Amino acid sequence: MALDADWAERWVRRTADAVADAKDELTELDRQIGDGDHGENLHRGFQAVVARLDDAAAERGTGDERTVGDVLKLVATTLMSTVGGASGPLYGTAYLRAAKVSGRVQIDSPAVVAVLEAALEGVASRGKATVGEKTMVDAWQAAVDAAEAASGDGGSEVDVLQAAAEAADKAATGTIPMIATKGRASYLGERSAGHEDPGARSTALVLGAAMAAALSGPTPADPRSAA
Amino acid sequence: MTARVALVLVSHSADLARGAAELAGQMAPDVLVRGVGGGPDGGLGTSLDAIQKNLSEVLAALADAALADAAPARGALGSSASGTPGGGVVVLGDLGSSVLTVEAALELDESLAERVVLARAPFVEGAVAAAVTAHGGADLDTVLESANASVRMFAAIEAAQSAEASEAASAGGAGSSGTVTVRNPLGLHARPAALVSRKVAELGATVTIDGVDASSVLQLMALGATQGRELLVEATGDGAAEAVASVVAMIDAGFGEV
Repeated sequence: MALDADWAERWVRRTADAVADAKDELTELDRQIGDGDHGENLHRGFQAVVARLDDAAAERGTGDERTVGDVLKLVATTLMSTVGGASGPLYGTAYLRAAKVSGRVQIDSPAVVAVLEAALEGVASRGKATVGEKTMVDAWQAAVDAAEAASGDGGSEVDVLQAAAEAADKAATGTIPMIATKGRASYLGERSAGHEDPGARSTALVLGAAMAAALSGPTPADPRSAA
Repeated sequence: MTARVALVLVSHSADLARGAAELAGQMAPDVLVRGVGGGPDGGLGTSLDAIQKNLSEVLAALADAALADAAPARGALGSSASGTPGGGVVVLGDLGSSVLTVEAALELDESLAERVVLARAPFVEGAVAAAVTAHGGADLDTVLESANASVRMFAAIEAAQSAEASEAASAGGAGSSGTVTVRNPLGLHARPAALVSRKVAELGATVTIDGVDASSVLQLMALGATQGRELLVEATGDGAAEAVASVVAMIDAGFGEV
């Protein structure tokens, strides 16, 4: 079952819910090694994304065709405009690059991998970070590696996203012993060890939502199914 | 006459952006300097929308100024709608998300890349150096280089001060030198430093004051020359003697503050 724009919208709405639930946890992680605004900032950003999706749904005619990239582009520009911290341009660039490779009505497993690869490339180039520096790149890279392997084994879109989500979750936990060398946490040097990186954790949430959206059909949060 | 290069200073803090723009602008009255600060909710942070809005306003202002300058000579049609050749905007950001958001704005609108460049420089020092360079009518690349070079200022000052003692004895040749005492109460603070550095940039000679490059406003300010301090002005190259006399006279006149 290839994934379409409705999946992308469910992904984003589920991400907004997951971020809302984890807002305090993310903020607490960020308070330990950053500037303590990650949860609030991301929550504000994804709430704005949901509001714009609602507006777009109200304006859209029933026959209008959307691509996956259309949804991801809206997410990108909204996050960049509303988040206010470094995660705005970082996630914004991830979604922007992902949108550029997904300008199609449906995407199959290899195309899902390409979306994740583009997102990783966006985060890494915008943040000038590489693996092992205790940033969200650690989670994105692990997700891409796992997704490539799953797709190479002939896995479905759900298989690919499941592999990505599980790898990102594990990689986020794996940032705990690391010493940060990029981002705000790097100012702490060795004192950054022992804390999970909030960006890696939120990346795991984002990818977990992508998997859940692929496993499920339209959710009650989707206004068109509620109407 | 508006300088062809403008500055946009992006900070996490609205107060910091405003203050840096005020400071840089005071030293370079012909340069359009815009401070953009704070997040979408008005608190600390960065707003993409505010950055985009200010960039487009500043580019429009530069284009208007170019049209106005060109109009008497060759008519409005002869001028580029996007400003004077070599013109544009140098952007400075303070910390992570300011820089990242500017980069994202440039990626979102690729047409900006031609006329907007992001400096990698210390926020205050880079802004001051860029503003003074832009004030002299320099082009986009030169102003960018001036901002970027400010990061090397601290090392340059240390090197100059440690070399000062040994070099003072061996100075000679085609050079010229003179001494002058700082007379104005506040000393060689930002505005006088900018006046001296702009003057030196106009002269052909290479001028140093107490060993530091007198064409660098940052190095002059870092001297911390207060009232009553005697300064050694040295110059080499074309018009060295005139340059020394000119700088000595300028400092001796007290910058209108005595």
